[in-house]
Amino acid sequence: MLEPIKVSLESLNLITLAPMLIAIAGGLIILSIDLLKEGLHKSLYVMLTVLVLMIDLGSVVGLNINERGFFDVILIDGISIVSQLLVIIGSIVFIPLALSSKRFHEYSYPEFFALFLFMVAGFQFMMASDNLILIFVGLETASLSLYTLIALHNRSNSYEAAVKYFTMGALAAGFFAMGSAMIYGLTGSVEIYKVAEVLATRLNEPDLMIAIFGGFVLLLVALAFKLSLYPFHTWAPDVYEGASAALVGYMSVVPKVAAFVVAIRIFGMYIDLGVEWARIMILVIAVLTMTLANIMALVQEDVKRMLAYSSISHAGFVMAALALDTTEANTSIFLYYALFMFTNLGAFAMLWISRHKMRRFNNRYDHPYEKFAGFIKIMPIGAVIMGLFMLSLAGVPPFSVFWGKIYVMQAAVNAGYIWLAVVMGLNSAIAAYYYLKLIVYMFLKDPVKDVDTIYYNISRPLMVIIGFATVATVGAIFYIQPLVSYIYYMISASGY
Amino acid sequence: MDYILSILVFFPAIAALLGFVIDKDSARVYGVTVAAIEFFLSLWLWFSFDGTNAGMQFVELIPVIPDFGVNYYLGVDGISLFIILMTTMMTLIGIMSLSVKENVKNMIITLLFLEMTMVGVFVSLDAIIFYLFWELSLVPMLYIIGAWGGSLRVYAAVKFFLYTFAGSLIMLVGMLFMAYTYQSLTGVWSFALTDWYALVLPVNYQMWLFAAFFIGFAIKVPMFPFHTWLPYAHGQAPTIGSVILAAVLLKMGTYGFVRFSLPLFPDAAVIWITPIAVLSIIMIIYTAMVAYAQKDMKQVIAYSSVSHMGIVMLGIFAMNAEGIGGSVFQMLSHGIVSGALFMLVGVIYDRRHTKMMDEFGGIAAVMPKYAVIFGIMLMASVGLPLTIGFVGEFLVLVGFYQVSPIMTILAGTSIIIGSVYMLSLFKKSFFGPVTKEENKNLKDLDAKETWSLVPLVAIVVWLGIYPKPILDPIDNSVKAMLNFMDEKAITQEAKDMIHVAKSTKEAK
Repeated sequence: MLEPIKVSLESLNLITLAPMLIAIAGGLIILSIDLLKEGLHKSLYVMLTVLVLMIDLGSVVGLNINERGFFDVILIDGISIVSQLLVIIGSIVFIPLALSSKRFHEYSYPEFFALFLFMVAGFQFMMASDNLILIFVGLETASLSLYTLIALHNRSNSYEAAVKYFTMGALAAGFFAMGSAMIYGLTGSVEIYKVAEVLATRLNEPDLMIAIFGGFVLLLVALAFKLSLYPFHTWAPDVYEGASAALVGYMSVVPKVAAFVVAIRIFGMYIDLGVEWARIMILVIAVLTMTLANIMALVQEDVKRMLAYSSISHAGFVMAALALDTTEANTSIFLYYALFMFTNLGAFAMLWISRHKMRRFNNRYDHPYEKFAGFIKIMPIGAVIMGLFMLSLAGVPPFSVFWGKIYVMQAAVNAGYIWLAVVMGLNSAIAAYYYLKLIVYMFLKDPVKDVDTIYYNISRPLMVIIGFATVATVGAIFYIQPLVSYIYYMISASGY
Repeated sequence: MDYILSILVFFPAIAALLGFVIDKDSARVYGVTVAAIEFFLSLWLWFSFDGTNAGMQFVELIPVIPDFGVNYYLGVDGISLFIILMTTMMTLIGIMSLSVKENVKNMIITLLFLEMTMVGVFVSLDAIIFYLFWELSLVPMLYIIGAWGGSLRVYAAVKFFLYTFAGSLIMLVGMLFMAYTYQSLTGVWSFALTDWYALVLPVNYQMWLFAAFFIGFAIKVPMFPFHTWLPYAHGQAPTIGSVILAAVLLKMGTYGFVRFSLPLFPDAAVIWITPIAVLSIIMIIYTAMVAYAQKDMKQVIAYSSVSHMGIVMLGIFAMNAEGIGGSVFQMLSHGIVSGALFMLVGVIYDRRHTKMMDEFGGIAAVMPKYAVIFGIMLMASVGLPLTIGFVGEFLVLVGFYQVSPIMTILAGTSIIIGSVYMLSLFKKSFFGPVTKEENKNLKDLDAKETWSLVPLVAIVVWLGIYPKPILDPIDNSVKAMLNFMDEKAITQEAKDMIHVAKSTKEAK
């Protein structure tokens, strides 16, 4: 007969679970409200979601750094706090995009918002753990919710997008599970810190190298799918095309931050152990991703697809920082995404407010370049703001992404990878072309046809969001210092 | 006024933001007023400037990102002072003579933003702030060329943007490496130029860094063979775009060489003298020949611009006070003269909507005032003594003669070829009988055009006869820089090459 396991409640340190539980409870509250009273307006649910996320944010800020909890599977270190903050803030600023003036199918379901909160909880589990199984569970919770959110957008190519994303995601999940199993087979543990200890002693055994390599490659492929790195990026443009602009903006930042945290934990371990080929493989993938995605973005006809390739390229940029594995490089990952988030929020919000119910310019695309032709004559302020976001994405100073870019490049130079910094610089120059293409359409061409109004979907909350994104993008120089020092402190405190 | 530099930088930007409120029809007056105030502010800067002090003056330093070593760090010395004055003056005159008819308000706002970035480049003493203004200056120019330009305007604008953007990103990597080197030697992050000056780097580091900065600056100058964007940009740009581009934006490149490349990497600069001199001479002679082959007046001036920038480059790499001082002076004279020439071509283009030389002939008889001013500017461009063009060119040639007499003679041919293409332009368009019917009734300069051009003529003659008030402060700062380079250089060749002149004889 088995001995009953005695666990004291204190040793569980349940406070570490509080942020996720708050998000889940919030989702359940939204579902119960729907049970009690039907036909409530979406604005109620949006605001409830925001409030729940605010509480969630507060509970993350209150966490003590470098603690473990819940049978030691939850790890609250600097990375997990910074990334959770980033994810929650990202969610708070993106969800009000649901308050568009036109009604879209998905927002009439309260389930949308419940799923949204479950997804956030999933991301939080992923980021606050170094246990491969819990990471897997978090990853799947978040991904399954996200697939559904995409499919709720009631259009044939949204279904296509969701199914495509789902199949690719399932494949990635398979790779992740196999990679984890392989690591477990090698080391007898799924806790990354224990894996690192065991691997350190066994690295010199020549027969084992192929198994270590195999485990690494499987995990790399799984995360490359999630991060849409070349050559596993093929789903991204189609999914971006099918999903609503509001959700795409979200997808281009938040899930990637979560996946990057997992990547830092896993691949950082390999690089720390001195496995040089791991670094080389990541660098090769990163360089290929940023270059090829940039080249493919050049030929896109739709702004949303262009932005899809551009965010693939940005992910490659950041992936290169991961390979450096210095404190600065890890800081730069979060700094980059924090700054990128504001600009992307603005850019996708601009697409979102110019979204018509029917496609008016092209049978396939919602946002072909022609739609924005002569924007400066139709809506001058909108054109200037969109132009600012494009310049920011291109890395023109002093807008937000520029600071992320030079921080990543500085990290590359400091780590001795000057060629990498040069490649990044050249890639930024290629990228400038396609961002410039939109600016050229907006400022230098004449409108193709008289449209009633291009701001079909605008509403006051959306204007507030865009105003916020603009201020954050233009005024980046004033908050870089506190942001960098906070992130740097958190990352170095957790030993990365 | 301690914060005059900040005021100079941000006054036009704030004015531009407020300009969105101004009514369309009043925009031009608003623009002229703002540019005039800015010009008077810069004059004030000149009068309160201490000409005997060779160092940085009116320094402002506010930490922006201390962890990363980025400071809002401004200052001005004899080298940058007059370029700033020229910038504000050319902007003022450009706006006064503005001839675009549509979207005048947008144009004024864009020009004021552009003025902010241009002044910003010349007063920044922090590499990141410098880079910030440097990159930002591309955006208004892109809009000016792309929105008001000729038929190929979008192509020209995008080519201009991408070419310079790509080059400056390489320069950015150089800056980041420089900061990293500084950090690894001193333990502190800093992008401040004065901190970087103190850094003595091994020669191989210097070579790589020099190359990285060279790409950024050379594209902007534009050095041969990176000059191909310029004829397009000039050919397609509206008059005001060409004026600002030739007068100010090109100077950013040569200014960058003087401010960054020479004092930061003296040994590498000495090693690079010959290659750069060869490129400069190719640039001088080849583009002068190309200029002769042009049928379009504006292209002649565009190529002559490249040719004159070659002289400036040559002077900078003479590594002595005459050469560098002459180069800085030549930057000013080229800014004024080529700006005026582009304006003059704009005048005739507004009347006839063509810039082809064979469309004209004998217009001296129809437009006498125009012909006189054109003639003076043309002589200044060629470098006739007693005009502003002569002083700079002469000093550069004297300076470079100490480096290589043969190359100096080759470069000196520019005066001959220059006069060939310029005089043939003048002959084809201005002399002989009036062949075309349309040309018989061309209006001479109106009041607006005259009052924009006469001050430039006055300056051309004044500084041609008496350049001392400008040459002295330039000379002071250049000598201080050379002294500093001489002390900093680690190789013997560099020490031999960098002449610290005890006294400089001005060209009178």
